[in-house]
Amino acid sequence: MSGLTYEQSPTTDGEEISNYTINFGPQHPAAHGVLRMVMELDGEIIERIDPHVGLLHRGTEKLIEYKTYLQALPYFDRLDYCSPLAQEYSYVLAIEKLLNVEVPERAQYLRVLFAELTRICNHMLNIGAHVMDVGAMTPNLWVFELREDCMNFFERASGARMHAAWFRPGGVHQDVPLKLLTDIGDWVDGRLPELFGDAMSLVLDNRIFKQRNVDIAHVSKEDAIAWGFSGPMIRAAGVPWDLRKSQPYDVYDRMNFEIPIGTNSDCYDRFMVRVKEVYESAKIIKQCLAEMPEGPIASEDRKVAPPKRAEMKQSMEALIHHFKLYTEGFHVPAGEVYVATESPKGEFGVYLVSDGSNKPYRCKIRPTAFSHLQAMDFMCKGHMLPDATAILGAIDVVFGECDR
Amino acid sequence: MAKVLHSAPRYATNDGVRDTLVSALGDIAVDAREEFGEISITVKREGIEDALRLLRDEHDYQQLMEIAGADYPSRPERFEVVYMLLSLTKNHRIMVKLSTDEATPVPTVTTLWPVAGWLEREVFDMYGVTFDGNTDLRRILTDYGFEGHPFRKDFPLTGYTELRYSEEEKRVVYEPVELAQDFRSFDFTSPWEGADYVLPGDEKADAPPVDEPKTTGSPKQTGAGAKADEKAAKTVSAGSPAEKETGTKDAGAPEATENQPDREPSKGDVHDTKGATEPEDKE
Repeated sequence: MSGLTYEQSPTTDGEEISNYTINFGPQHPAAHGVLRMVMELDGEIIERIDPHVGLLHRGTEKLIEYKTYLQALPYFDRLDYCSPLAQEYSYVLAIEKLLNVEVPERAQYLRVLFAELTRICNHMLNIGAHVMDVGAMTPNLWVFELREDCMNFFERASGARMHAAWFRPGGVHQDVPLKLLTDIGDWVDGRLPELFGDAMSLVLDNRIFKQRNVDIAHVSKEDAIAWGFSGPMIRAAGVPWDLRKSQPYDVYDRMNFEIPIGTNSDCYDRFMVRVKEVYESAKIIKQCLAEMPEGPIASEDRKVAPPKRAEMKQSMEALIHHFKLYTEGFHVPAGEVYVATESPKGEFGVYLVSDGSNKPYRCKIRPTAFSHLQAMDFMCKGHMLPDATAILGAIDVVFGECDR
Repeated sequence: MAKVLHSAPRYATNDGVRDTLVSALGDIAVDAREEFGEISITVKREGIEDALRLLRDEHDYQQLMEIAGADYPSRPERFEVVYMLLSLTKNHRIMVKLSTDEATPVPTVTTLWPVAGWLEREVFDMYGVTFDGNTDLRRILTDYGFEGHPFRKDFPLTGYTELRYSEEEKRVVYEPVELAQDFRSFDFTSPWEGADYVLPGDEKADAPPVDEPKTTGSPKQTGAGAKADEKAAKTVSAGSPAEKETGTKDAGAPEATENQPDREPSKGDVHDTKGATEPEDKE
């Protein structure tokens, strides 16, 4: 509690009432990271919220300007550390768009497959954290089991649980073993629906959960568009807008899946959209596994993707290509693109400006949380203080990405 | 346009969009390009609000997704502000750009989209571009009390201040940056492809040719300047150095000694030393 301000209220005949100004965060378990919100309260009613972001600002965009295109890739894992591969996706697609490089089909399927695994991984965290924010403990522990499974899949594919750096310009870094694909298939058919269904059966019709979420932070369609909402936030408002469907990249146009949308545009709808998306992602994963062809997993253009190690033992040219790719990197034609993909949290965009050299001239990252968090004040106004945590949970904000 | 090989997001076709928008914008539009499948329209700075209102209301670009700043120090107006617009109904994206400098404010678009508030704050924070009409133009991402605009190209990557917790003062203190090691910037571009530094040894390649090659005709000309020549002339006489009489006999080579007598052959057995010098076969 940092201070009391006195003001005259028109409703109390000039009697002095006090508005509280309190600090929510920067260290608060429901803030999902380092968020400081200066709240002005009238009793327990929120009158104004001023979110202070930037406490996790690391200057990623500036750092990227000093790295080659490939060296800059791991920074994207570290933005939204709950859905690392989804961030890499926008970046590699932006580079590929500038280079106009063809990605082999198997790599496209692998990327879609792992992007959807990332989506499940991300939603497990958000769904768990959201129910915990409004008071339920058990489901969080259950869905974290599933998140752990996803992490193990990432580790088996890339060697890293979180910061995979597995999507590369021109494809993916390594092929996956067949056993991993069959294990993912078994998991999607068995453990995921079982455990997730169990966890959700505790929550979805729970009276307390509904009391905390239904009709909280109603946002109309027009407001959602004006505030630049995207992802589950805009779909909960009833706009069937999903970049995977409307602006498909890689092989998303071949996938059969539905876009769940909300009807009431409140926190409960946002939650339910995510729950349904998990099942839709599972459908996409299954389809990827069924259709994935054999073949190369990265572009055959040796100016973009490195040669195989075995090839390097035989061919001088391959060795030179490898050396040049990992020292100088590749040069990207001068130009600028804005590429946005559907990350689990919404539209994650990369505005990439190239000056023709081996380093990006400018790489602006469009975080999903920025516009959602900005609407915090507008969404919370008139709600009670404990609703703020539910609203924040339903936004699905991660500060690594918001602050960059 | 070359054949599209990449698999980046595919949205509605660009065909004719540029010309339609340019004619709709009239003289607000300064330049319009279509490169890499992206349409970008440069507009006059003063006209940005009208341009975006027109695009939003009459051309269905309902959403403002992003405002990006960029710094091009070599241009007369060094900053570029790029607005990314998205049409949900036409499924299309365009970029709208304008340029400005440190002193000239850009009209705000918070009047059109509330989301522009933070996006403009970020451009202000990172580049120092001011937005006229934005009522809440505070810093957003940098620290409280930060000075400077870190994403400008002339702002060093390491920054100017660093902070640490001081045990003596029991608080966080700010200090000028001290680098334990020089900032390293590796440039791996091939020398024949535009590296802008001189390779060691290359500086000699460009040395201007001399009219008279420098030679040393006599020992007096040392080639190391007049002073050295003078010194050389003093010590070196024209002939060979004179021999001195010392009066003592030279210490000559020693007399040859007599041959030593042959050694007697040794008594006793001759040992086989093979075992000591060669390793045994292990088996």
